[in-house]
Amino acid sequence: MAGGRRPARRGRKAGEGERNEMSILRFLAKRLLLSIFVLFGLSVLIFTISRILPGDPVRMALGPRAPQWAVENMRKEMHLDRPIHIQYAYWLSGALRGDLGQSLVTRRPVSADIREFVPATLELAIFAGIIMAVFGVAMGAIAGRYRNRWVDNVIRVFSYVGIVTPSYVFAILFVLLFGYVLNLLPTIGRLSPWITRPPVLTGLVTIDSLVTGNFAALGDALLHLILPGVSLALGPLAQQARIARASISDNQNKDYIASARSFGIPGRVIMFKYLLKPSLIPTVSIMGLDFAGIIANAFLVELIFNWPGFSRYGIQAMLNKDLNAVAAVVMVLGLTFIIVNILVDLIVAWLDPRIRLGGERGK
Amino acid sequence: MIGVNGLTVQAKKRRWEGFRKAWYKFSRNPVSVVGLVFVLGVSFLAVFAPLVSPYPNHAGPYVNFAIGSKPPSLSHPFGTDAFGRDILSRVFFGFRYSLMMGAVVLALVVIPGVVLGLIAGYYQGTRIDTIIMRITDIFLAVPPLILALAITSVLTPSVLNAMMAVSLMWWPWYTRLVYGLASSLRHEFFVQSAEVIGASRFHILFRELLPNCVSAIFTKMSLDMGWVILIGSALSFVGLGAQPPIPDLGTMVADGAKYLPDQWWIAIFPAFAIMVTVLGFNLLGDGFRDLFALEEI
Repeated sequence: MAGGRRPARRGRKAGEGERNEMSILRFLAKRLLLSIFVLFGLSVLIFTISRILPGDPVRMALGPRAPQWAVENMRKEMHLDRPIHIQYAYWLSGALRGDLGQSLVTRRPVSADIREFVPATLELAIFAGIIMAVFGVAMGAIAGRYRNRWVDNVIRVFSYVGIVTPSYVFAILFVLLFGYVLNLLPTIGRLSPWITRPPVLTGLVTIDSLVTGNFAALGDALLHLILPGVSLALGPLAQQARIARASISDNQNKDYIASARSFGIPGRVIMFKYLLKPSLIPTVSIMGLDFAGIIANAFLVELIFNWPGFSRYGIQAMLNKDLNAVAAVVMVLGLTFIIVNILVDLIVAWLDPRIRLGGERGK
Repeated sequence: MIGVNGLTVQAKKRRWEGFRKAWYKFSRNPVSVVGLVFVLGVSFLAVFAPLVSPYPNHAGPYVNFAIGSKPPSLSHPFGTDAFGRDILSRVFFGFRYSLMMGAVVLALVVIPGVVLGLIAGYYQGTRIDTIIMRITDIFLAVPPLILALAITSVLTPSVLNAMMAVSLMWWPWYTRLVYGLASSLRHEFFVQSAEVIGASRFHILFRELLPNCVSAIFTKMSLDMGWVILIGSALSFVGLGAQPPIPDLGTMVADGAKYLPDQWWIAIFPAFAIMVTVLGFNLLGDGFRDLFALEEI
C-alpha cells in the first residue's frame, strides 16, 4: 500500500513544482507591471509638485541680473513656455531615453550628475546595510536566546535608544566623540587627501582600490565608511534586533524545537539550522523598509560627513530648488526601492516554503 | 424592571469597568507607564512653557551676547546659545513645536487615510479598491522623508509648509492599515447580517467596520506621533522646516552642530529632548499594542 501511494505523491509534487514556478513567474510579472504603474504615478506626482512652485525657476537659476532675453531663451529651451502636460510629455520622453534634463544649478545634464554621485551613496548604503543585517540579526538572536537575562535587557535598552535617535544625532555625536575627542576616525569625505586615489572603475572606492591592489586606499576608504555607515545603520539595526528577538523567542517555544532537542541535536545546530532560518523571515521582510530608511537618512548624514554622494546632491538640489535634479533624484530613488522590494520578496519566498509553494500548505 | 435608563446606566458601568481593566493591564507593564510619564511630562512642559521656563522671552529673537555660549550652570542648567539665550527655556518651547507638528499632521491625515482605507477594504476586489490602493502604492514608493523634503523644497520653508508636506505623505499608511483590517472584517457575519437587513453603506463603513479598527488606528497614531516628530525635526535640521528664531528642536540641533565640539551643550540638549519625546510616544504605542494584542502594526 505504501508502495502504491508513493508514485502518486511524487506525481503530485512534480505538478506542484511546475505550478509554483509558474506562480513565481506570474508574481514577478505582476510586480513588474505594478512597478511600472507606480513609477509612472510617481513621475506625475513629482513633476506636478516641481512645477507648481511659486516663483520662476529660470529667473532663480540665472539670477536677478540676467537679461530678459536670456531668461526667455532658457525657458524656451527647457519647454517651460508650454502648457504643463506638454512639459510633462517632453520630460517623460527624455527620461525614458535616460535624459533627465539639465540641472539649473550645475548646468550639466542631471543624468551625468547622478551617475557621478550614485556610487558613493551606494557604497555607504551597502556598508550600512551589511552592518544592519549582521549585527541586527546577531543581537536579536542573542537576546531571543537568552530571553530576560541581562544580555537581553541590555540589547533591548540599546534597541530602544537606536530606534528613537535620529540618525543625524548619531552622526553629530560620532563626529564629536571619535573625530574630535578621541581623534580616532576620519569624519570628512571618502578618502584622506594624502592617499593616492584609485582609478574610477565602479565608483565604489573600496572595490576600485581592491581590484587595483591599492591597499592603503582600501583601508583608508573603510575607515572613512565606519562613522557615517554606523550612524545610518544603528536605527534600522535596532529595529532588526527587536524583530529578530521576538521571532526567535516565539519559535523557540515551538514543538519542533522541543522535538529536535529531545533527539539530542546539539544546541548550536538547532540554533543555526532550525531556529534561525524561519526566524529570519520577518526580519528580511522589513529589510526593504529599513534600506529605504537608510537611504532617506543618508540625505542628512551625508551632509554632516561631507560625503560626496547622491543624497547630498539631492538635498542640495532641493535647497537650491533645482527642479530637474529634484525630480530625477526622486525617480531614481523610487526605482531603487522598487528593485530592492522585489529582491526582498524573492528572498522571503526562498526562505519561506509556504510562500514558495504557493501559499497552500501553511494554511 | 430594568427600564431604558437602567440599561444605559448598566452599559455605562460596564464601559467604566472595561476602562479600569484596561488601565490595570496597561499599568502592569512598567515600560508603558514610563512612556506615558514621558508623554505627559513633555506635554505639560509644552503647554505651560511660558510659566515653567526660567526665561520665557528667550524663546524668541532675544539677544544678549554678554552671556552668550555659556556652559551649563545653575542659572542656565542647559547652558546658553551663541546669542545668549537660555537653552532650557528654548527646549521647553521647542516641545510645543514638536507636539504641534505631530498633532496637526495626524489630525490632517487620519480622517482621509482611514476613510479611504475603509472604502477600499469594503469594496475589496472591485475597481474602487484598485484605484485607491494603487494610488497609495505610488505615495509609499519613496520614503516619506524624501518626498516631504522634495515638497518643502519647492515651497517657502516654514512650520506650516513642513506640516502640509508631511501630511501629504503620511495618509497612505493609515489607508493601508485600515484596508488590511477592513478587508478581513468585510466577510465576517456581522457585516453580512448588516447587509442582509439592508443597512446603508455609510452604516456598514462607519458603524460596523470602523469601531473594529479603532484600537489599531489609535495605537498607530501613538507610534506615529514619534515618527512625525522625527521627520519634522529632520526637515528643520536641513533648514526646510521651522525658521529661526522659532525654537524648534531640529533647528536648534542644526545650529548647535556648528559650535561642536567646544560648545557641545547647544546641540546635545535639544537632541536629547527630541529623543525623550520620541521615546515616550514609542513606549506608549508599544504599550497600546500589547494592550490591544495587535500584531499587524
